[in-house]
Amino acid sequence: MKKLLLASTALALSAGVAFADEVKMGVLLGYTGPIESITPFMADSAELAFKEISDSGLFLGGSTITPVRADSTCVDSSAAQAAAERLISSDGIVAIMGADCSGVTMAVLQNVAMSAGVPMISPSATSPAFTTTESNGLFFRTSPSDARQGEILAGIVLERGFDQVALTYTNNDYGAGFANAFEESFLASGGTITSKVAHEEAKGDYSAEVGQLASAGGDALVILGYVDGGGSMLRTAYELGAFESFFMGDGMYGDELIAAVGEALEGTIGTIPWASGEGTDAFQELAEAAGVNASSSYTRESYDAAALLALAAQAAGEATPEGIAANILNVANEPGEPILPGELAKGLQILADGGEINYVGATNVELVGPGEAAGSYREYVVEGGEYVTVQFH
Amino acid sequence: MEPLNALVSVTNFMLIPALAYGSQLALGALGITLIYSILRFAHFAHGDTMALGTAAVIGGTFFLQAQGVSIHPLPTALLALPFGMVVLIGYLLITDRLVYRYYRKVKAKPMIFVMASLGVMFVTNGITRLFMGVGETRFEDGERFIFSVRDFRDVTGLAEGMALRSSQAITILTALIVMVVLFWFLNRTRSGKSMRAYSDNEDLALLSGINPERVVIITWVITGMLLVTAGTLYGLDKGFRPFNYFQLLLPMFAAAILGGLGSPVGAIVGAYIVAFAEMGITYAWRRVFTYLMPEGLEPESMMQLLPVDYKFAVTFAILVIVLLFRPTGIFKGKVL
Repeated sequence: MKKLLLASTALALSAGVAFADEVKMGVLLGYTGPIESITPFMADSAELAFKEISDSGLFLGGSTITPVRADSTCVDSSAAQAAAERLISSDGIVAIMGADCSGVTMAVLQNVAMSAGVPMISPSATSPAFTTTESNGLFFRTSPSDARQGEILAGIVLERGFDQVALTYTNNDYGAGFANAFEESFLASGGTITSKVAHEEAKGDYSAEVGQLASAGGDALVILGYVDGGGSMLRTAYELGAFESFFMGDGMYGDELIAAVGEALEGTIGTIPWASGEGTDAFQELAEAAGVNASSSYTRESYDAAALLALAAQAAGEATPEGIAANILNVANEPGEPILPGELAKGLQILADGGEINYVGATNVELVGPGEAAGSYREYVVEGGEYVTVQFH
Repeated sequence: MEPLNALVSVTNFMLIPALAYGSQLALGALGITLIYSILRFAHFAHGDTMALGTAAVIGGTFFLQAQGVSIHPLPTALLALPFGMVVLIGYLLITDRLVYRYYRKVKAKPMIFVMASLGVMFVTNGITRLFMGVGETRFEDGERFIFSVRDFRDVTGLAEGMALRSSQAITILTALIVMVVLFWFLNRTRSGKSMRAYSDNEDLALLSGINPERVVIITWVITGMLLVTAGTLYGLDKGFRPFNYFQLLLPMFAAAILGGLGSPVGAIVGAYIVAFAEMGITYAWRRVFTYLMPEGLEPESMMQLLPVDYKFAVTFAILVIVLLFRPTGIFKGKVL
């Protein structure tokens, strides 16, 4: 027994030595569940950034980053927490790139990350609640809050001449937060919301919900949800003739929606966090060269979240949760040398030399304190079965 | 024109969906009532067995589609129905042989049967998910509409529109045909009469030479056919998702108990009452009343008794009220 103990201690020690220059980062996304169609591309993008850092040979004196994937499920908080706990206690990760949907992200943050002191950067948790939630400086996000998206979408709806609309949202943190933000700015700008109805995901029949919205009337239907429930609502509303015009939020954006809903979607207008500029182009090139699908939603935000975690570790001079958490804002914002995707090696070098960087990334990253990011939105319209850009906001 | 608009609106949003939903429930509730009166237990595996049968039909549909077989404008799934029935009847007879026959032999109490069927439910549920996954599968093809809202508005010139989907029309028609055939079978054929005799008085039926195992097999065969039909119609109308079939268990039982367990007519009437209650109580009547009331008296509120989320609560309330005040149901069935 004693020998066995000694042997295993020796093994553990040697393992510790062998992997001393390997830093593990968690990639916590919903590989199963309502957004499973977009998460593989998000994970690919995050891992692209980690690989770029590792390959540079400049990260913390030649360390490499090993991404560890775990499933957040998007909807099941207890499963997401268990996955995050496993990442921290068993895999020994120092920071989390994730989670994705607002509800599970909040659960992981409050019940796992904050007690373990591990920082998280979410690429896609857009609920306004994160802006005001106290996270001990551990939570950041690279996509802007839905409070702003609600405001922009409300402006677009009014601008198109619809001042009486019905509103439906998916019944979770994301949907409710987004709907409240939309309602607030829509009413403040003089619009009327005839009815506001929550819908559940994964139901067989949405005619009752649509019936209620139709009974209240309105010139258009605003749907803030996911492909599954939101798409079914849209199709049912179109087929029952309840509404002719539709507006939608970012959660439903995706080719899958066009495939599932078909002609009913024609003319639908929506918003999605989207960046343009040289950072975006640089990411596009980088992703194409690596064979990663860059046009899917939240791929840019994922790349940026991953890059920020690594750059923050470099700025701290050590890959520890505390060091990363303390330096994220420093590397993300001015002052400093602007860093684009593909230039991570340059950023690492400047930080190693004691200089300062301003990570611009694929989405023009600008973090407004913990929990909040500034960002731009793309307004699109569905024409001929494709998303066509109208303008950027 | 105003009352006409009100009528069209309520038909489009409530009556047609409720009628289709009620027909699907009725076929399921008939199976529950048959099993209860012949085998004398509440078959909890009903919803998941329905899902398994539908899964077989979907498999058959995909195979036929791959072969290029189609009966356009009707959905291909109708062609695959017999295949699904054969698979499900085989499955039901095997479970009967492996599980229920033993409990019949030892004359177990009905509650033991119910628990056994609960076990069968979990196994069936697992098998379905193994093949189909938990996500949604759509297998509807053929013409989607008999007439759409836009056609209807163009033809009638009314402000309100009305749509009738092919799957809804097929559901209502098929359910009607199946019910007529079932009643003919129960009342006019030898096997049907022996089933009714067995259900009425087991000892007398045995004395008059009716073979109980044969009656049991016929019951499973009929139940299997009803389940596959009901499940396929539901799937064509609303998409196939195993969990939704499991959830159908509550309204189907509510329908069977409300009508009176063991009474086929009761099961059908109960199913339509449950469907219309679910839809009617959670429907927002504001639009209809806006058309009907004189100017200036239009309702301000949504005129909705319960929010849409409480659909299942309506069914549950019906179940509780019936069990409390009239446990025999409308048509004097047996007491659970």
